[in-house]
Amino acid sequence: MNEAVSQKLTFKDFESDQEVRWCPGCGDYAILKTIQKTLPELDVPRENHVFVSGIGCSSRFPYYMNAYGFHTIHGRAPAVATGIRLANPDLDVWIITGDGDSLSIGGNHTMHVLRRNVNLQLLLFNNEIYGLTKGQYSPTSKVGTQSPSTPDGSIDKPLIPCAFALGAGARFIARSIDTEVKHLAQVLKRGHAHTGASFIEIYQNCHVYNDGAFETVKNKKTASDHRIDVQQGEPLLFGKEKEKGLRLNPGTLKTEVVSVSDVGLNAILVHDETNKTLAQILIDLQEPEFPVAFGVLYCNPASAFVTDLYDQYSDVRGKREKGDVNKLLRSGHTWFVD
Amino acid sequence: MSAPNLDLNTLQGVVVRFAGDSGDGMQLTGTNFTQATALYGNDLSTFPDFPAEIRAPAGATFGVSAFQIYFASEEVSTAGDDLDVLIAMNPAALITNINDLVRGGLIILDTGTFTAKNLGRAGYAQNPLQDDSLDDYRVIKIDISKQVVEAVKPFGLSHKFAVRCKNMWTLGLVLWLFDRSRKATTEALANKFAKTPQIAEANIAALNAGHAYGETAEFPAGVDIYKIPKAVVEPGQYRNITGSDALAWGLIAGGQLADLNLVFASYPITPASSLLHSLSTHKEFDVVTFQAEDEIAAVCAAIGASFAGSLGVTSSSGPGIALKAEAIALACAVELPLVIVSTQRGGPSTGLPTKTEQSDLNQALFGRHADTPLPVLAARSSADCFEVAIEVIRIATKYMTPVILLSDGYMANAATPWKIPDFNDFEPFPVKFHTESEGFSPAQRDPETLARVWAKPGTPGLEHRIGGIERDFETGDISYDAANHQKMTDVRKAKIDGMVRDIPDQEIAVGEASGKLLVIGWGSTYGALLQAVKRARLAGHQVSHVHVRHLWPLPENLGELLASFDRILVPEMNTGQFINLLRSQYLVDAKGLHKVSGQPFKISEIEDAIYEELELIK
Repeated sequence: MNEAVSQKLTFKDFESDQEVRWCPGCGDYAILKTIQKTLPELDVPRENHVFVSGIGCSSRFPYYMNAYGFHTIHGRAPAVATGIRLANPDLDVWIITGDGDSLSIGGNHTMHVLRRNVNLQLLLFNNEIYGLTKGQYSPTSKVGTQSPSTPDGSIDKPLIPCAFALGAGARFIARSIDTEVKHLAQVLKRGHAHTGASFIEIYQNCHVYNDGAFETVKNKKTASDHRIDVQQGEPLLFGKEKEKGLRLNPGTLKTEVVSVSDVGLNAILVHDETNKTLAQILIDLQEPEFPVAFGVLYCNPASAFVTDLYDQYSDVRGKREKGDVNKLLRSGHTWFVD
Repeated sequence: MSAPNLDLNTLQGVVVRFAGDSGDGMQLTGTNFTQATALYGNDLSTFPDFPAEIRAPAGATFGVSAFQIYFASEEVSTAGDDLDVLIAMNPAALITNINDLVRGGLIILDTGTFTAKNLGRAGYAQNPLQDDSLDDYRVIKIDISKQVVEAVKPFGLSHKFAVRCKNMWTLGLVLWLFDRSRKATTEALANKFAKTPQIAEANIAALNAGHAYGETAEFPAGVDIYKIPKAVVEPGQYRNITGSDALAWGLIAGGQLADLNLVFASYPITPASSLLHSLSTHKEFDVVTFQAEDEIAAVCAAIGASFAGSLGVTSSSGPGIALKAEAIALACAVELPLVIVSTQRGGPSTGLPTKTEQSDLNQALFGRHADTPLPVLAARSSADCFEVAIEVIRIATKYMTPVILLSDGYMANAATPWKIPDFNDFEPFPVKFHTESEGFSPAQRDPETLARVWAKPGTPGLEHRIGGIERDFETGDISYDAANHQKMTDVRKAKIDGMVRDIPDQEIAVGEASGKLLVIGWGSTYGALLQAVKRARLAGHQVSHVHVRHLWPLPENLGELLASFDRILVPEMNTGQFINLLRSQYLVDAKGLHKVSGQPFKISEIEDAIYEELELIK
């Protein structure tokens, strides 16, 4: 019997024997489950999946996946992941990180892994708070966040992770939500299919320190007015009856929320994943003035780092003899003493 | 070394220093002279000494770049103490180097650069060519700038480009002075400027013109062609090699012996970058080089590569090693092989980036959080870097541990002749990755070496997790258990301690295994220590020299060796780091000799210290 067929994987194959130790109600549970369910659909042998994380609640993730995993140090997962990819281009590498890990202490590595377009998926669990160190504000916390280190409210401006990614040169940027299994699974599959670095921000609720941070976009009662789910080639509409849409004002070049009945469907922006300008517009949409955009916001593939690197090696090797240490030691000027 | 009598035409050995502006091409001149000297058959050692500024303002004293070479018919192990010949391309080069020249030594200088402006920049109140300040020396005054412009006229270069050929004109003259062939330089120039033949031809013409000048010009009394007879060396094939090339090639060789691909991840820093440059030119070998975004990313990428089944190697100098410290400790915790090359420079902080020092021994031994012992090895010479690089790969892969290899700025840049070994003589140590899933645990250890198992991603059935949280001794799963942490800390230490059974006993470089005085050192001070001890022994003194490669763990017999001498002298280019290690490990009294001037030890400085110690014994 064909072994590959007989060993069709299920989500159970990706559950490790470790007891999951996140707080009850943490959004991480939902993400873990969705990833475990999605991996069997990717047609990648289990032994080729490698999960790499930094430090923080989300970074415990690899311990719970029955795949190869490396729980590294704070902020450095992209660098470790790059090394793994360099060593073995056949592996499928997933970075699991949080907003503090990837955008504060590890901001530099996040920037460079995206800029280089290293072939991997980077899943950023954004809960807008430091969980593991007990609730300090993070670089994505809203201004005014009261925390142990900011008892009178935080004053620094938050970062928009997807905007950071776009600025760093990411070619795949998507946003999803921890508890929305179907949406998240789809986004994960798209990110996996993308060659190069796929940046996926997942809104993740921290039940203990920042509960309800994403309530407006998660709650069924308010979501339709506060979020816009983008689909390639479809007009950017939202609202209960899809009665609202986004338009670029031709006079001011500013993004506007308009009533479809007022302007007509033709005036509404149509989603084009490959359009970087549109990606910037979608990423910048912020409450309360605008709905928050979810889905694949930008997908514009370019050649990927590890592929290019190995291509260069093959190219150079094609022009040279295979390396021979004895020849190397005798290259250039040498002389004989009798 | 006594000053050679420049009145004689046959000399035993000569120390020559080329000095000029950092843009004058002194390093290239020195390298070509070294090549010609090696081909001539002298033993030699070089010391390139350049400023941190790439192009300092012309004529500035802080922009002087120098290249020193000692070549002789006898065995050479250092770049020499005092200069016999100084080539000074401008007043700044003269004023900053003249104090190193022996009385009666020879100065060749370019009078064309002794302008009021340059003299002022160098700090000369009056022109040394016009007063009596150079009376103690033999001086050859030539307007080299003018000569070279004349020589390259046929090639139609602009004045700026024409003057740039003056290093080759000067080299031609010095090659004549020491009866060396121009052939290798001519070939090197043709090669270097293959794409701009006009520049190549102009440089070659300048080289020939300098040489012809020597043949025809009148020189001060006694200055003529000097002959330095060939050195008697072991038969074989030789080459010149710098420490960074030897290290790069040693890493490539070690990777082959381990049957592993190398992933070399580094971030540019002086004086360690040349290793990255060297390795990135060798894509025909199984070496992937990666210039990371910073020091931390470099070491982390190397660790990732080791996790994935390559050998991760990273390199830096002190400040960069400091940044890598957290990640090195991760490699200690997860027990993955990793090679860290630390090319030491003057510190702290930016310190003296282009000058040499040995002040990062403490950092290598102790510069991490928690109990994180790891092996530390030091190369003792440029050529030794090759063997030590192989040895660190053997240890890292056999014991699944990060290993630090200490080099320094002097060794990295200095060239010495090297009898090329036969790679087939090196014993392979192929790594066997774990593939058996039955009973597999990522925590399983080799009972003898205590090395953790190496199972690489992509291997079916061995899916496992590693990480920085303390791991259970049996399963490798995360564990906060108190007794387990004790056990894991103990086993990590025992693994490194146990390596002593696998490293050679400490050899004696020269002398007996017991006696009155032991001179003990490590790293690039080898040549100076060896020569000083040899000279003291020639003078009839009972002195021995030991030079330690394995700085951690220390060789098993070292304590006994130390106890066998009345006195111990520990010269090192820091304020006393190795001496503290010896004192703490062996409870021995020892005397330190410390130098942190950015310059290597002179043989005479070690000799003086030896005689001081011998006095105390009497």
